[in-house]
Amino acid sequence: MAEDRVDRDPFDDVEAERDLDRDHGPEGVVLTGTLFQPGAPPPRRRRVRRTPLSYLFRFIAIAYLFFLVAWPISLVVKNTFSDGFTELSDLWNDPDAMAAIRLTVFVAVVAVVVNTVFGVGMALLLVRYDFPGKRLLSALVDLPLSVSPIVVGLALVLVYGGRDGWFGPWLEDQGVQVIFAWPGIVLATVFVAMPLVVRELVPVLEEIGIEQETAARSLGANAWQTFRRITFPSIKWAVLYGVVLSLARSLGEFGAVKVVSGNVLGKTRTATLMVEEKYLNFDKGGAYATSFLLVLVAVSAIVIVGLIRPKETRR
Amino acid sequence: MTVAVAPPGKARRSRLAVPGRVTPASGLGLGVALVWFSLIVLIPLAAVVATAAEGGWSAFWRAVTNEQTAAAIRLTVSQAILVTVINMVMGTLIAWVLVRDQFFGKRLLEVLIDLPFALPTIVAGLVLLSLYGPKSPVGVDIVNKPSAVTVAFLFVTLPFVVRTVQPVLEELDPEVEEAAASLGASRLTTFRRVVLPSLIPAIAAGAALSFARAVSEYGSLVLLSGNLPFKTEVTSVRVLSSIENNNTAGAAAVATVLLAISLAVIVILDVVQRRMTRRG
Repeated sequence: MAEDRVDRDPFDDVEAERDLDRDHGPEGVVLTGTLFQPGAPPPRRRRVRRTPLSYLFRFIAIAYLFFLVAWPISLVVKNTFSDGFTELSDLWNDPDAMAAIRLTVFVAVVAVVVNTVFGVGMALLLVRYDFPGKRLLSALVDLPLSVSPIVVGLALVLVYGGRDGWFGPWLEDQGVQVIFAWPGIVLATVFVAMPLVVRELVPVLEEIGIEQETAARSLGANAWQTFRRITFPSIKWAVLYGVVLSLARSLGEFGAVKVVSGNVLGKTRTATLMVEEKYLNFDKGGAYATSFLLVLVAVSAIVIVGLIRPKETRR
Repeated sequence: MTVAVAPPGKARRSRLAVPGRVTPASGLGLGVALVWFSLIVLIPLAAVVATAAEGGWSAFWRAVTNEQTAAAIRLTVSQAILVTVINMVMGTLIAWVLVRDQFFGKRLLEVLIDLPFALPTIVAGLVLLSLYGPKSPVGVDIVNKPSAVTVAFLFVTLPFVVRTVQPVLEELDPEVEEAAASLGASRLTTFRRVVLPSLIPAIAAGAALSFARAVSEYGSLVLLSGNLPFKTEVTSVRVLSSIENNNTAGAAAVATVLLAISLAVIVILDVVQRRMTRRG
């Protein structure tokens, strides 16, 4: 029988358990909710057949990722600490560098808050309501992910530029400078990270269905109560996941910010712009140290997301 | 930690979630969301197209077919195609290893695959520079060469095919393959006739995403490719230098070409997904 070929591996059960969590059919929540009991025999078992070919594939995959990602990134870490902690402490004592990092964090936090509110609202609208042009809107919401950052910057300059933008001169008369100032950086960051929360929420909202929400409404709960007590608890991990992804994306935006910021030292220079500038000014140590901080943020984002994922599916 | 970059809305539509009519409250929400989305995304992008159209078709065509611009577009598109093909093969292979193989350190590979998505592009350039730059410990110096563009594109597009193929492969029942094998099909035949057909929509979606990402890439090339005209200058860099020279119309014209490519990819993805959901 097929079972004879199963090569039991210590990881097998863990993996199978994880699969079960992901293994949701159209009525998936019901399935995982009722059938999954820890310790119960997993219904589907991974068959690991090891042939010379699978070892070859494994070797190719590891080698490819080692040369493309692991080794280059480890070199950045090595270069940062080649003089011990001097590069990092130089960065800490440089007021311009600290201003750049503070600006980056400020912009990212504003962008994440804005995009989270927009993302939750937009996802609810796209999943829970029917309106003309819905399919077009749901396709357009993803557009920011595939637009070149330089085009994003250009687009914002054309509309919000102070000299001859569409809205820019009017805004400047009101005393609001957007381009070459921090609001422009916020706009660019909001633009590039906009779809991330929506995309995390749409599949989750589709899966949880509306039965519980309808029940709550029929028992007299208003829309806000239904959202806070019924909908939000089941999407909170997906929201958090989207927030972490948006935060990583917002802290790291470079091209779009470069076009709209004007790179004014101490005022509109962000951390990523600082990496470029330091490198081109032969301050490689400073560039590596800043990059190291950004790598650290990226890695922690991925690890956090990895820890959230199972929780989200194990509702 | 999967599907950081899976195609949008890939989940099967639940039969429970029947969308309702728009109520006054949700109508207000829809209005606010649309205004916000227009102010940030739609109006600015429309401004790009409008600026490109201002000078009429001949000005647009002249800007796009300018010798240096045409060379940049050719380089970008050809490298993006090359990288997409490599990704279709390597991405599927890596997804296969992640789903079907078990070994120590597999979790680490998962983190490595998501890293290019989370890493700032300028840092990606610096990262590649430290292994493939002038001080390369392996003696490979790709700086200022066209191969720098290839490597940078490969780095930033790494997650797309892997993360779209992986969930589909996980859903695939190995018993079907065993049935094919027991009926005498060779491993190659099984893969070609049984596995590959169900993976093709996912591979296509991943390929479209990685093509779009490569065509629009800018940040990772700044430190790596040298941006030499006719040699390593890509389309985004060309747009930026037009902006810096106050040639807004020219920048908008080339940007419109890039936008058209992004839109085409979105349409392809939408079609592929609808086909996938209908099957699933």
